[in-house]
Amino acid sequence: MNNQYKPALFWFAGLNAVATFLLIGLGGLVTSHEAGMSVPDWPTSYGYNMFALPIKFWTGGAFFEHTHRLLASVVGLLTTILALWLWLKDSRRWLHWLGIAAFLLVVAQGILGGLRVRLHLDWLGVPHGAVAQAFLVLTSALALFTSSWWMATETEKEIPVPRGLRRHVLSVTILIFAQLLIAATMRHQHAGLAIADFPLAQGKIWPATSPEAIASYNAHRVEINGEKPITAFQVNLQMIHRLVAYAIFLGVAAAAMRARKKLGGGDGLTQLAYGWLGLLALQILLGAATIWSNKAADVATGHVMAGALALLAGALWWLAAERRTRAAT
Amino acid sequence: MNKSILLLSLGFCAAVQLAAADITGAINFKGAAPAEKELTPIKDDPTCAALYPNGLPKTKFYVVGANGELADVVVSLKGISGKSTGASAAPAMLDQKGALYVPQIVAIQTGQKLTVKNSDQLVHNVHTTPTANPESNQVQMGGGPDLTYTFDKPEMFLKFKCDVHPWMFAWVSVFDHPYFAVSGADGKFTIKNVPPGKYTLEAAHRKLGTQTAEIEVKDDGAAQNFTFETK
Repeated sequence: MNNQYKPALFWFAGLNAVATFLLIGLGGLVTSHEAGMSVPDWPTSYGYNMFALPIKFWTGGAFFEHTHRLLASVVGLLTTILALWLWLKDSRRWLHWLGIAAFLLVVAQGILGGLRVRLHLDWLGVPHGAVAQAFLVLTSALALFTSSWWMATETEKEIPVPRGLRRHVLSVTILIFAQLLIAATMRHQHAGLAIADFPLAQGKIWPATSPEAIASYNAHRVEINGEKPITAFQVNLQMIHRLVAYAIFLGVAAAAMRARKKLGGGDGLTQLAYGWLGLLALQILLGAATIWSNKAADVATGHVMAGALALLAGALWWLAAERRTRAAT
Repeated sequence: MNKSILLLSLGFCAAVQLAAADITGAINFKGAAPAEKELTPIKDDPTCAALYPNGLPKTKFYVVGANGELADVVVSLKGISGKSTGASAAPAMLDQKGALYVPQIVAIQTGQKLTVKNSDQLVHNVHTTPTANPESNQVQMGGGPDLTYTFDKPEMFLKFKCDVHPWMFAWVSVFDHPYFAVSGADGKFTIKNVPPGKYTLEAAHRKLGTQTAEIEVKDDGAAQNFTFETK
C-alpha cells in the first residue's frame, strides 16, 4: 500500500460524486413534484421489494420517488465500495476514516429519507436536504483527495493563497450552506410560492405580513400543487432567502476580485472563482425563473442543483487553496 | 310506573323532534374571483392525460354561479360539542375519479365513517394531512377495495391528497355535532333539525375565510345569508 495516484480509485470516487449530484437533482424533482409521500411504505414500495416494483407503478409522482430510492441505493453501494477501497488501498489513515464517515453518512441519509416517509414528518425533509448537500461536498472531496493534482502538490512547490482570501471563501461557503438550509425549509413547507412576484414582493420592496394581508394573499393565490395557505413566516423566510442570495453574490464577486489581485488573472483558483461567480449569477436567474414560472418543477429543481454546485465550488476552492498553501510552506 | 316513564320520555323526545327546525340560507360571492388554473401537470402523465382528450380540468377554488351563487362553503353552528351522532350516521363518500377527488369539499361528524373509493384504474395514495387528528397515508390500487376513515376530533378543512397525482385534493371538515351543511351549486344550504334557541352560525370558505352571524332558531326555523368577497 503506497500513496501514489491511483487512476481507477480517482475515477470511481468521481463517479460517486457525479451520482450524488444526480441524486440531489432527483431528490429536487421529488420535492418539486410534491411526490415525497407517493409511495407510502419504506423500505418496500407498494408492498413489493423495492428492486422488484413492477414498471406499471412507475407513474406520476411515484416515478420520481421510486427512481430517487433506486439511485440512492446505487450511491449507497458506490460509497460502500469506495470506503472499502480507500481502507484497503490508500495509505492515508485520515482518508480511511473519511471514507468510513461517507459510508455512515449515506446510511444515515437513507434512514432519514425512510423515516420521513414512515413517520409522515415533513420537517425531516429539511435535514434530509441538508445532509444531501454535505454528502455531495464529502464525496467530491474524496475525489479531490484521490486526484493526481492533490498527489502532485505533495511534492511540487505551489504559490500560497493568503489567509484572508481563504477565510473569505470559507465564510461565503458557510453562508451558502446556511442559504441551502433556508431553501430546504422553504421547500419542505409544501406551500407553493409564498411570494409570487420578483424583483418586487407582492408589489412592494418589502411585503406586508399583517393577518389581513396574509388572508388577502391566500384568497388570490391559485396553486395547482402543494396547496396550503401561506403564513407570515413563509413570506418573511422568502425575503430572507432573497437578501442572503444578494449577500452571497456580492461575497463571491469580492472573492473573485481578491483572487485576481492576489493570485493573478491566470491562476487556476482565480479562474475557478470566475466560474463560481458565473454560477451565482445563473443561480439568481434560476431563482427568479422559479417565481416567474410559478415554481415549475424543472426550473425549481435546476435552482436546487445550481445551489448544490455553488456550495461545492466554494468548498473545493477552499480545500484546494488550503492544500496549495500547505504545499508551499 | 316504568311504563309511565317510558311514555313520558318518548313524548319528550317526540316534542323535541317536532320542535326542531331547519336553518336555510344562501351564499353569494361579490366581485371577481381569481382565475382558476388548468391542471397542467396532468399532461406529464400519459395515462391521466388520456382521460382528458378534450382539454384539461381546472382548479376549483371558487365555484361561482352565473349570479354569484357560491358553492362549497361549509356552514355550521359554533360552540356546540359532544353532540355527535356520527357513529350511527350513514357513511359519507369520497371518490377518486378521473384522477380527481369528487367531491372536493365534504363535511362529516366525528365517529362517522368516510368511505374513500377509487373508481380509477390508476394507483392512488390516500394521504390525509390533518392538524388535530392522526396523519395517514395508504396506497389504493386501481379499482381496489374501499378505504374507510373516521376522525375523533373536530377539524376544519382536513386535507386529503394524492402524491402520485399531486393536483388531487379534497378537504373534509369534521364536526362533533350534526348541525352543518355544504352550500350547493345554487349557493343554498339547509341545516336540518336544529333545536330552537340562539346560536352563532359560521360560514367557512377555504380561500375566503370565515364569517359568522348571530341567529335565533324558532319553531319555524331561521334563515341567514352570507356574502363573501375578495379584498
